[in-house]
Amino acid sequence: MLSKSQARLFFLGGTILFSLIFLWLTLDTIRQTPARTHMAAMDEQVLLGRKLWDENNCMGCHTILGEGAYYAPELTNVLDRKHPEWIRAFIRNPQAFYPGRRKMVAYDFTDEEIDGLIAWFRWVQGIDTNGFPKDPPLREWIKDSGQASVKE
Amino acid sequence: MKYKSQKVAYLFFATCMALFVLQLVYGFIMGFARMGLDGLHDWIPFNVARATHTNLLVVWLLAGFMGAAYYILPEEAERELYSVKLAVIQWGSLVLVSLVALVGFHFNWWEGRKFLEIPRPLDYLVVVNVLAFIFNIGVTVWRGRRFTTTGLVLFGGLLSAALLYLPGMWTFQNHVFDSYFRWWVVHLWVEGVWELIMGSILAYLLIKLTGIDREVIEKWLYVIVGLTFLSGILGTGHHYYYMGAPEYWLWVGGLFSALEPLAFLAMALWAVFLANKGGRKHPNRIALSWAVGTGIMSFVGAGFLGFAHTLPQVNIYTHGTLIVGMHGHMAFWGAYAMLVLALIAYAMPQMTGRNLFTGRIPVIAFWTANIGMVAMTAAFAVAGVAQVYLERMLGIDFLVVQENLEVHFLGLVLAACLFTTGILLYIWNFTRYGLPRDEALEAVR
Repeated sequence: MLSKSQARLFFLGGTILFSLIFLWLTLDTIRQTPARTHMAAMDEQVLLGRKLWDENNCMGCHTILGEGAYYAPELTNVLDRKHPEWIRAFIRNPQAFYPGRRKMVAYDFTDEEIDGLIAWFRWVQGIDTNGFPKDPPLREWIKDSGQASVKE
Repeated sequence: MKYKSQKVAYLFFATCMALFVLQLVYGFIMGFARMGLDGLHDWIPFNVARATHTNLLVVWLLAGFMGAAYYILPEEAERELYSVKLAVIQWGSLVLVSLVALVGFHFNWWEGRKFLEIPRPLDYLVVVNVLAFIFNIGVTVWRGRRFTTTGLVLFGGLLSAALLYLPGMWTFQNHVFDSYFRWWVVHLWVEGVWELIMGSILAYLLIKLTGIDREVIEKWLYVIVGLTFLSGILGTGHHYYYMGAPEYWLWVGGLFSALEPLAFLAMALWAVFLANKGGRKHPNRIALSWAVGTGIMSFVGAGFLGFAHTLPQVNIYTHGTLIVGMHGHMAFWGAYAMLVLALIAYAMPQMTGRNLFTGRIPVIAFWTANIGMVAMTAAFAVAGVAQVYLERMLGIDFLVVQENLEVHFLGLVLAACLFTTGILLYIWNFTRYGLPRDEALEAVR
């Protein structure tokens, strides 16, 4: 039967071993991250966008890289869905786009600041995310079946 | 209660009750907003309500842990607390800093970092506050007449939690680094060192409430916290799947976070087994219900529901959806909220010398709150699964999907009403105890 000192050894030994492995993987992650996140492309505009993103707690409604509050859309690949001009107009007056529907705070950003946000979205989109967000696997099926029913 | 200085814990427990009520208010604001009833949007937009709701939770749980330490450690060390005065000052400053932060959120004064939104200048005040706390309990333990495993694990958990706050204060220009180290705080707290705090508080309660030999209980405490770190440290990897970190985190995080439920399962079995074996020895049965309940509900909420979406093949669809809300609510309730409520349910009769733990009210409070939380979790689960299929599998527009999920938030709000009723009954019973008093010393054993 396990004794108390053996149980203590299990706790201390496991903790030290797995902490060391974690630190080692952290060092490797730090080494690989600049290339995976194309850090060289982080210019003044991207940093301005990131600053606005943080200062206004955009993550408190949106998600980015899947992290946030899922009250508003995931923005990792927003530039695939929306043209930069659409984003520009939307940020200036969000409620005009979806009247009577879910609201976004209207921020009084300058043109330069909105450019920064778009540059930040573009930078985020270039991160190697191991495949997130994934293309919806049934989207094509829906389109196909929609066409089929129209033909019928 | 054996030592006069243990009474200072009351300040922290009362703070828990007040902040918990406020947390529920902000929860309702969000629940209604998700139903489309966002009349408060101009004053309290969703991101304000969300940051306030989650930070209130963090603060009241930390206040509960601090109160627990002030209550438990003198008994474990067999001496008075080093300084009651310092504890009172530390309590006052904790409340002040927290309130300033929460009010600040309403004026766009924050950092947009999930769960750690508190603005940087206040971070430094938190560090000073926690240093005072660690110093106070550290000296108490160091100068104690005995060193128990329960006391040392509790102190070790609190010290580690304090140290792990620091990586969250590193700033990086690269968002991915920022996120990487933010999870050192958030994950290594709730799925790491907080489980040390949980295990030791539960050990203390089981020792007191079951009368079973301390050596037996503490031996299994080591096994449980050993399992926690064995799985939880590398389990941090489940936050690194899709945020820009290397691909090996998919299998490292997947493998080790799949083992995380083991620690919670062990905790649940430990509590249930010990309660069955010796649970009839102490009159405060409701405190034992909360203690066993925290073991069971933490396994379901943190262990089982966490496992449900932790594998990368599943998580790529559920990441950043309402499924996270499903898991998060029951996990925090089971593992940490119920734990603090268990300790308060045990400590209040001890500190006041009054027996208000029998009768119907405490039992109704326990069951109403728990059934309410199960129903809330179910509402989140239905909405979350629907969201995953409609948005992530079929590719339907985010907002269209959200509008079609509104009905589930009516269910959520109704369940939350039941939950709130239970909590209010618990708090009402708490207030009936009144203030702690010296006459309670050794009065209730």
